[in-house]
Amino acid sequence: MGISVEGANKSFGDFQALKDVSIEVPEGSLTALLGPSGSGKSTLLRAIAGLETLDSGRVLIEGEDVSKKPTQKREVGFVFQHYAAFKHMTVFENVGFGLKIRKWDKRKIAQRVHELLDLVQLEGLADRYPSQLSGGQRQRMALARALAVEPQVLLLDEPFGALDAKVRKDLRTWLRRLHDEMHVTTIFVTHDQEEAMDVAGQLVVMNDGRVEQSGTADELYEHPANEFVMSFVGEVNRLGDHFVRPHDMEVVLDPDERTEEGLVQRIVTLGFEVRVEFVLADGTEVWAQLTRSELQRLELREGQIAYLRPVQAKSFNGSPPSSRLRGASTPLEDHDGGDAEVSAAV
Amino acid sequence: MLGLGYVLLLLLLPLGFIFYKTFEHGLAPPLDAITSPDGLHALKLTLITVAIAVPLNTVFGVACAILLVRHKWRGNFLIDAAINLPFAISPVVIGLSLFLLYGTTGWFEPALAEAGLKILFSVPGMVLACMFVSLPFVVRETVPVLQEIGTEQEQAASTLGANAWQTFWRVTLPAIRWGVAYGVVLTTARVLGEFGAVSVVSGSISGQTQTLPLFVAKQYDNFNLPGAFGASILLALLALATLLAMNLLKRKEAA
Repeated sequence: MGISVEGANKSFGDFQALKDVSIEVPEGSLTALLGPSGSGKSTLLRAIAGLETLDSGRVLIEGEDVSKKPTQKREVGFVFQHYAAFKHMTVFENVGFGLKIRKWDKRKIAQRVHELLDLVQLEGLADRYPSQLSGGQRQRMALARALAVEPQVLLLDEPFGALDAKVRKDLRTWLRRLHDEMHVTTIFVTHDQEEAMDVAGQLVVMNDGRVEQSGTADELYEHPANEFVMSFVGEVNRLGDHFVRPHDMEVVLDPDERTEEGLVQRIVTLGFEVRVEFVLADGTEVWAQLTRSELQRLELREGQIAYLRPVQAKSFNGSPPSSRLRGASTPLEDHDGGDAEVSAAV
Repeated sequence: MLGLGYVLLLLLLPLGFIFYKTFEHGLAPPLDAITSPDGLHALKLTLITVAIAVPLNTVFGVACAILLVRHKWRGNFLIDAAINLPFAISPVVIGLSLFLLYGTTGWFEPALAEAGLKILFSVPGMVLACMFVSLPFVVRETVPVLQEIGTEQEQAASTLGANAWQTFWRVTLPAIRWGVAYGVVLTTARVLGEFGAVSVVSGSISGQTQTLPLFVAKQYDNFNLPGAFGASILLALLALATLLAMNLLKRKEAA
């Protein structure tokens, strides 16, 4: 059950926002639609809510085909990036809006609204207007408003996109906990891979109107289906036809047949983690992620020569491994040309 | 300083002078003119025109603005241009055009005669003329506000179960109300003061088809200056009252 979208297509003029998109969102899950801007993720979310009409394809909510239903009958909760607060209503009236539309009794509305304000930690602010709230408070109000009508599914369109970094992080954690309590099938759209991995159990990576891959955060990170997914869900260095994560770049001081010579260009210390930037002999720029203690052990200095050994490299096309990645050649020989994963060293 | 002088010279000086002239010979002459049967009738007729033309143009204006902003289609630019016509065309020409349609040789004459309806030289024609000249105000004031509020609040309302009608009354209208209200004030002021178009279609018959502005002109023509000025002031006070009512509403809203 949950939500499924089958063969969705949508164009805006010449721009094709969705190209034959199909997704399955399990009931009760918290799923992230992840992709760069223009990838179609928001369009897909809005199509599920009925805020966009698909050119072709179906949307099923809890097994029911809702493609022809207008938004107000789909029973979806929707949270907008810019809150879409009703500016002329108080927090209380905002949250109670859906209940008033459903002609609930006044006393019951008051009771439910206060429950929700309690849930989103806005108890004391019921009589305020949205303009008197901070961004984070407005978004929590919007969430309470969406949840008030007990929707079958909750859809969040870049819900933290307009908030500053600290508030974002807090709300992220808070949303995950809220989902653990409520178990309502939730989809949220983001372009931030860290946010997606932090919050969601399931991820759907979109690019250029298509679904590139879906799976858990671990699956996407460890077994990316293609170059796009690999570079989108984490940092990546490109070495010829191969892709290596910066933390899979081992730095050594003595060369052997598997290493590549590089000039240490810059060392950036980011707390515990250290970013060492190299230029290879052919001008390629790569970087390695080290820990502080590794850096101290190696005693690296900017301007010196060091040697890089890719521990794990991936290749997504059928061509033979680049000659530069000598160490990777042996296990790579029998790869099937698809998304072979290779262990270079170890 | 310069701006103040400009306002003083162009607006306040003539208005002040009218006040002076009106009460030059005491309160009686202007009061007599206004409380004469013809004067009272003119006042009543003016208020009737306002009461019919303003609500109709408000409903039309809001609907038209929503059509222009929310329902994009290729013909919109035509509607948009057409709505500005009353601004561009002289009111006298508007009056004449109504004459051509509803007059004794007009297109609609036969049908109207059959139905026993009289448009020209009577209240319906005057209301039509007022509606024509004041048509653009509500649309023009509402369109930018509608554009500014965007569609997200309306979409949010629909996800919460509100249908189009509920969304309009509970979300859109409250959000655009000051734009609409300002349009209503301008429409009212224009209908109150309309002279050219009304004078053509009404025939300006004293005690029958004379609104206040026409009454003023008639008094002036008859050399009854205190009467003309008295009616002018009444007209100005009506317009001021409209503005004041709006400000009070707005202040109450802010509090």
